[in-house]
Amino acid sequence: MAGFSIHSGSFSGYTFDAMRHAEIPFEWATAAFFLAFAGFAAKAGVVPLHVWLPEAHPAAPSNVSSLMSGVMLKTAIYGIVRVTFDLIHIFPWWWGAAVLTLGLISAVLGVLYALMQHDLKRLLAYHSVENIGIILIGIGLAMIFKSFDLPLLAALSLIAGLYHTMNHAMFKGLLFMGAGSVLHVTGERNMEEMGGLIHRMPWTAALFLIGCVSIAALPPFNGFVSEWLTFQAFLLSPSLPNSLIRLLIPMGAALLALTGALAAACFVKAFGVTFLGHWRGHHNPHAHEANWPMRAGMIMSALACLGLGILPTVFIDWMDIIAEQFTGTTIALSASAYGWMWLTPVSYERASYSGTIVFIGILVVVLAAYLLLHVRPGAIRRVPIWDCGFEKINHRMQYNATSFSMPIRRIFGYLFRIKEETELSPQPGHKAFPKKIHYHLSIRDRFWGWLYKPIVEASFWLSRKVGKLQQGRIQAYLIYSFVTIIILLVFLR
Amino acid sequence: MSVIPYLIELLQVIILLALAPAFIGWVRMLKCWMQGRSSAGLFQPYRDLSKLFAKDVVLAENASWIFRFTPYLVFGTAVLAGGIIPILSVDLPLAPTADVIVIVALFAIARFFTALAGMDIGTAFGGMGSSREMMIASLAEPAMLMAIFTVSLTNKSTSLSQIVHVIYSGQTLLRPSLAFAFLAFVLIALAETGRIPVDNPATHLELTMVHEAMILEYSGRHLALVEWASMMKLFLFVMLGIAAYAPWGIAARGSFTAVPLALAFMIFKLGAVGVGIVLIETGLAKMRLFRLTEFLGAAFLLATLGMLSFFILD
Amino acid sequence: MDLQTAAQINSFLAALVLLTAFGMLVQKRIYGLIHLFAWQGLFLSMNTAIVGFVADKHHLYISSVLTLSLKVVLLPYILHVLIHRLKIHKEVETVVNIPMTMLIGIALVIFSYHLTAPVRELSTLITRSTLAIAMATVMIGLLMMITRKHAVTQIIGFLALENGLFFAATSATYGMPLVVELGVALDVLIAAFIFGIFFFHIHTTFDSLDVEQMARLKEADSDE
Repeated sequence: MAGFSIHSGSFSGYTFDAMRHAEIPFEWATAAFFLAFAGFAAKAGVVPLHVWLPEAHPAAPSNVSSLMSGVMLKTAIYGIVRVTFDLIHIFPWWWGAAVLTLGLISAVLGVLYALMQHDLKRLLAYHSVENIGIILIGIGLAMIFKSFDLPLLAALSLIAGLYHTMNHAMFKGLLFMGAGSVLHVTGERNMEEMGGLIHRMPWTAALFLIGCVSIAALPPFNGFVSEWLTFQAFLLSPSLPNSLIRLLIPMGAALLALTGALAAACFVKAFGVTFLGHWRGHHNPHAHEANWPMRAGMIMSALACLGLGILPTVFIDWMDIIAEQFTGTTIALSASAYGWMWLTPVSYERASYSGTIVFIGILVVVLAAYLLLHVRPGAIRRVPIWDCGFEKINHRMQYNATSFSMPIRRIFGYLFRIKEETELSPQPGHKAFPKKIHYHLSIRDRFWGWLYKPIVEASFWLSRKVGKLQQGRIQAYLIYSFVTIIILLVFLR
Repeated sequence: MSVIPYLIELLQVIILLALAPAFIGWVRMLKCWMQGRSSAGLFQPYRDLSKLFAKDVVLAENASWIFRFTPYLVFGTAVLAGGIIPILSVDLPLAPTADVIVIVALFAIARFFTALAGMDIGTAFGGMGSSREMMIASLAEPAMLMAIFTVSLTNKSTSLSQIVHVIYSGQTLLRPSLAFAFLAFVLIALAETGRIPVDNPATHLELTMVHEAMILEYSGRHLALVEWASMMKLFLFVMLGIAAYAPWGIAARGSFTAVPLALAFMIFKLGAVGVGIVLIETGLAKMRLFRLTEFLGAAFLLATLGMLSFFILD
Repeated sequence: MDLQTAAQINSFLAALVLLTAFGMLVQKRIYGLIHLFAWQGLFLSMNTAIVGFVADKHHLYISSVLTLSLKVVLLPYILHVLIHRLKIHKEVETVVNIPMTMLIGIALVIFSYHLTAPVRELSTLITRSTLAIAMATVMIGLLMMITRKHAVTQIIGFLALENGLFFAATSATYGMPLVVELGVALDVLIAAFIFGIFFFHIHTTFDSLDVEQMARLKEADSDE
């Protein structure tokens, strides 16, 4: 609001048109941008204003969660793009650098927090933080390129960011719907109590797998296209004139690669612990497949994911109007210069990708391998688990969510507040084999302690001080009103 | 519309399938010689694979379709990557399908599904292998990307055919940035293909396994496909390194008569690289899992130095 | 050899100097540190000789030989003897862990590149691009002194810092006047001797060369 009001400060109306043509001095423009950005960033869930996301998303019913993640967060992105590119269309490079840095921090922290979760919906909510970060990376790069007058690169980065917006809506919606059907059927949200659901819920598992593969940015699905476009935008940064940014942007590219790999690890964990292995819970699950309306929703999202992955040029054609309006050029001309099958963002020699051919290629080779080698169908024997000859395996010996992410927790753990407690109650005589082990792990977000707790405490302190004004006696209130009237009269003379 | 590029593509895939086990056999033979043992011969991997193909498949009771599908997928992505990386010639019809980033992503698909297969049966070893493998992958990715970045800075492209083409037509001789990037690539290749010092491919102690632990439950033709795919992965990483850093010998654009010569060059380079791999594997010991952050951090450092020295020194 | 090849070799050697500086930053074994320091001195003396050949400044040959004898042969030998006599075998902890020191090192390289940008515009020497590397080596030497807890490694950090300064002199102005260089070399030698004597004293007093132990000196003072 403050941002918009600064904008409207020196002008003639509240419409976007009027704001676009208003001339604002630079300091006010900076203030307007940062205020508006802060507001939209809180809505989008950018670190450090992200703490509401993992609390709110899991609490909602799953279909609402998928809409929240898929659509609501994107309105904030719309706001940011509208304010920056449309209303304030001239800006220095360090605004873009600020957006890029916040995007990178959100991406890395978001995926690391997601890896530490064992509640399926909280994990997905933290992943939304990460994906918003990736979108902001695209937008930040676009801002930097635009401020240096490189319209083709700016268009490329903007399209990358917007493509990821669309992708995220599709695969996050799919994943939340899948989590919802799991929750509906088993009554559990804690991954560590689940397992083996692939046998009882085959459709949900397969569709959830498509969501996992998409979000892990693996070809031929859609997540890969937007990550690829973002990487291409990063790789074109040596064209920038400013030498300091030229050296720092590749670090950003490395961080993006790190997030991509961590996201893949996170979804191996999510899918593996929920659907694969044996049931890890205590009581018998009465799991059955989700009903047809739920499946239909998931199938539609899954088909959209595949479509966005195989036919990127079609969608880029649709999105190009936006790039044209904001940066002055389109990339669709060069992007589909070789036909609808090939995505060549800048030029053919530079880089090219064909989602369709990769998809068809994988299908063809896998089918060929299967048909050639699957010669004796009757030669498969089902036996109990081998496990290197260890016979006494039970369902509690499997890896669960906490143990899967342990190596990563060890390495990156200093970013969180982690408390690990182990209590052994020993057996007399056998020191090495305790009777009972109690293990407790708590992982907390550091931002609660740094940002929110001080603010909360400060506001409590302030309200206590102000509360002293409430004396309870009528004379005090009359004196307050009298003093206020005198002050107003003095100032309005 | 010439049909020769398609023939070269087919030839390349056939050579990949046929020679990858021979390369592993060569590496194992050299290792045995270095360690003073007598080797099983260059063709032992072929015998292993045919033995596995002839055997029945023994599946755990609760194996799902992911477990059965993964070997075919892993094999398929390796073959597809083999069709894209220029091994014999730059003129491949499939080459524009993918650039270096896509090739890395193809291997990432294989890794994703292998990790899922590791978790599928529900043993402790499978989960352990998957968790370790994903950790190593997430640390190797930034270094890999930085090395790709450095190569794409000098060659102005990420498409492998274009990179080879630029190296042929330019005078890139002694560039420190490429030297650093090459060292980083060697370290990353060791991590991604699971060689010492990251993972011991010949170990039978389950707690030291990373890749082997994920495929512990496979048998019969599934195991044959997975083993063949990992041999192809090593072969392809070597080919990737050669194409990006030392491509002399690969037939240039439009020259098809140079293909047999390219084949000879390839075999020679493979032999030399095999010696290099064995020297590294015999000289180093397998590192503790959490020491790998330093190893992969060193790879990232080298790649970043390469990138920085491109701007500073060139 | 023409200017172009010389510039290329120059760049390559500069990159190797930076590589050895980073190697020293992350190396934990003390013998490894000394060997890396010797290699750095070797690359530095080769670089000086080539610059002297191309720029026709003959005093650089003398500096090159001086560097070779002092930093590649004499100082590593003294350090070897020191370590052998003091029976130092253990690895030493660092203040921050190794990946973090690497990242700080990279940040320092970027910073020094940015810092030396104006000089690069103005200079006409063939070695102008290596000034950034020289500054980075100085800062990495300082970083090494800050992040290590063992007294011997702090000395090596100091010597690496001096290497960087010498390299900076060669890159920016084709070397300092010979008198200055001789003076600096003598200073470094004397410093090494004095450090050696101090190490013996410290070791006999504290039985270790961990600089954290030297914080105990504070309490000893306040007691009196």
